Amino acid sequence: MRDTETPQAAPETPKPAKPSYLADGHTVASWIFTTDHKRIAILYALSITVFFFIGGAAATLIRIQLFTPHNTFLTAGQYNRLFTLHGVVMVWFFLVPSIPTTLGNFLLPLMIGAKDVALPKINLLSWWLYLGGAVLTIVCLVCGGVDTGWTFYTPYSTLYSNSCVLLAAAGVFVVGFSSILTGVNFIATTHMLRAPGMTWFRLPLFVWAIYATSIVMVLATPVLAMSLLLVMAERVFGLPVFDPRFGGDPLLFQHLFWFYSHPAVYIMVLPAMGVISEVIASEARRRVFGYQAMVYAMVSIAIIGFMVWGHHMFVSGQSPYASVVFSFLSFIVAVPSAIKVFNWTATLYRGQIRFAAPMLYALGFLGLFTVGGLTGLFLAVVPIDVAVHDTYFVIAHFHYIMVGGTVSAFFAGLHYWWPKITGRLYPEWWAKFAAIGMFLGFNFTFFPQFILGYLGMPRRYHQYPAQFQIWNVLSSSGAVVLAAAYLLPLVYLMWSLFAGRRANANPWDATGLEWTTASPPIRDNFETPPRVETAPYDYHDPDIGPTQPNQPPRQPQAAE
Amino acid sequence: MNAFYLPQASTQAQAEDRIFLTLLVLSGAVLLLVLALVVGFSIRYRAGSKARRGPLPAWVSHEVEIGWTVATLFLFLFLFWWTISAQLRLQIPPANAFEIHVVAKQWMWKVQQPSGVREIDTLHAPAGIPVKLVMTSQDVIHSFAVPAFRLKQDVLPGRYTEMSFQATQPGTYQLFCDQYCGLDHSRMTGQVVILSPADYARWVAAQPEGDSLAAQGEAIFASSGCGGCHGQGAAVHAPPLEDLYGSDVPLAGGGFVRADEGYIRDAILQPRKNIPAGYEPVMPSFQGALSEDQLVPLVAYIKSLKAKP
Repeated sequence: MRDTETPQAAPETPKPAKPSYLADGHTVASWIFTTDHKRIAILYALSITVFFFIGGAAATLIRIQLFTPHNTFLTAGQYNRLFTLHGVVMVWFFLVPSIPTTLGNFLLPLMIGAKDVALPKINLLSWWLYLGGAVLTIVCLVCGGVDTGWTFYTPYSTLYSNSCVLLAAAGVFVVGFSSILTGVNFIATTHMLRAPGMTWFRLPLFVWAIYATSIVMVLATPVLAMSLLLVMAERVFGLPVFDPRFGGDPLLFQHLFWFYSHPAVYIMVLPAMGVISEVIASEARRRVFGYQAMVYAMVSIAIIGFMVWGHHMFVSGQSPYASVVFSFLSFIVAVPSAIKVFNWTATLYRGQIRFAAPMLYALGFLGLFTVGGLTGLFLAVVPIDVAVHDTYFVIAHFHYIMVGGTVSAFFAGLHYWWPKITGRLYPEWWAKFAAIGMFLGFNFTFFPQFILGYLGMPRRYHQYPAQFQIWNVLSSSGAVVLAAAYLLPLVYLMWSLFAGRRANANPWDATGLEWTTASPPIRDNFETPPRVETAPYDYHDPDIGPTQPNQPPRQPQAAE
Repeated sequence: MNAFYLPQASTQAQAEDRIFLTLLVLSGAVLLLVLALVVGFSIRYRAGSKARRGPLPAWVSHEVEIGWTVATLFLFLFLFWWTISAQLRLQIPPANAFEIHVVAKQWMWKVQQPSGVREIDTLHAPAGIPVKLVMTSQDVIHSFAVPAFRLKQDVLPGRYTEMSFQATQPGTYQLFCDQYCGLDHSRMTGQVVILSPADYARWVAAQPEGDSLAAQGEAIFASSGCGGCHGQGAAVHAPPLEDLYGSDVPLAGGGFVRADEGYIRDAILQPRKNIPAGYEPVMPSFQGALSEDQLVPLVAYIKSLKAKP
């Protein structure tokens, strides 16, 4: 391994006069009642890690059950509760908050040169709301769980299910408000607290991504809250909103649910796109290709993403003419995603590419996101969707986006900013090993599911016809590799907290204000308020290109 | 049924597979291109390699960006146009399609043939002619899915949904419920048995003798007292049912509604929903009095009523 690939500890880093945010108070209260965006990010990181492993444990049990066609390892009731738990936990308690509330919370003020977010107390409140939702969900789990699927389709959820639907819906309802508050806070922060000289088109793409995500959170999440309230009202008070016997319409729920849940896909994937843009530019030592196109692409995804919900309902009984429109818009929303893939690829062109662990995760993202996006096109085509809807093809597709895309990007960002967050360097070889393990394990687990889906295996089946077994055995075996790869970072990142080498302020020689302050930063982020003079990603003279490997950025955006 | 092959047993399956294959080739090419570029650039421009860096030529940053945006857009527009026109051709069932009724419940498929034959978890249908399934659910949402036909349709409580297919070869094909419907969702499976038209006729003839669907409906019409208002010479001023099916009914609130099966069903269960012009809203609701299994023949009977010439 060449030394150039490893972030180096620089001895000349001056010791900051003020204590780092980690050293600024050691009591439990100084953490759980903190208004420091960086500490709140850590609180969120710990919470979502717990839920990631709860959701992962459910997935493991599901894959064990599916190893053989008529397995009796789990009963049908247990199986139904487990896939519901897996979906609810992974979507609302891990993926939606994952990048925005951890990396977003930590980095947004740092990247725009602010002392904190615009509304620090609201930021703390949003974590407490998350915790409230989390407690409700865990109580629901202890009381026997819920068996409706994470989609809560009516009338099953309102009139037929004998499980703790109310507690689960209440948990998701509460955690939704945590999302809304985070979104409001980030929008206000981006508008109000940019440092002098930090114009909109000098913002790092990660900030643009978090900003676009926040807008979607604020506009879409209330619709989820409303639909869940209606579910609770029908279940408890018999308010016949969805019950067809009294003129209600069960499809109304699907429209409302997907009006939130399709934009929610973009809540999950836009921040990932932001992370990947930062990592690829830094590791390729090049300006991001087509910066403005990248910004417009994210904003168009956020807007058009609101108009495609009906592609989840091609076989639901909605008007076939509505399906025509939704199919069209689904093709349109794929254009900006394609542009982004091309631009990331083009950023590598004529770079000085390093391959540290964050870059391996980012390249993994690029491949898996492309597969997920292309299979999304298949599902936008009505006749193909009619064939493979509600089969494992759909499962594989959204896991390529959500896990192959978002989770890979989360790990890319976690490793990339780990020195900044903790002040320590992670062990490079272990990180590379885990990155490759995740990529291989992921494909091994989920690619067979495309074939299963094409052959017609329905989702949410506790037992299945024997002809599907070989593909399920492949998928379950891959899950073993994937699970092992997910456990690795837990171990080596924990180890690095105590025994990792100390990091200097800018171990990657990266651009961006977050790298101009100490690692870990002080409570108020910057010793003196920064001023921005240059374009983002100023890695090289645009007229010359990056001529030397590991060339430092041209004009570091100094904190002067 | 094996692990590597799915029969292609309907005209819809042939059309779907054509589109699927085309998309597979196109997206495979795009994926290979992206992977080749990523791997190629990663090797050629690895840190410290001898490859020339230099500035990007102006045309790369402008024309290329616009070029691939427009190319992607046009490719997608073409794909949309091509696939949706195929879909619209497929989904309009011919007027003379052979109708079979399906009532779903947790966790069972109940089938009513036009001949009056009833089946459970098995559906017999003739090959080579268009067949239309008219489906409803007694409880939650289910989905009638036949992978060999590449077709599925959700089955909803409180309304009829339709699925049309034309089977190409006789055989027995798997039927799944694809919409999660509760505890035994994974056991709500069955089979679709496609017979040649002659074999289908023999199969119908071999079933125990019974009334046709419409004749069963006539009995329900009588026993439910429908004739008291809608029958010949009834004292109550009620809309005549002859030639109702397929007509445009003028509504009391203005406008028209097409009298399809859903309309007839709603008129029985929710008579206040669409009140025909010129009639008092006096009809009682039969919600709860008639099961889905009884509604199917009753609607079939009303559909069969023709005015005497």
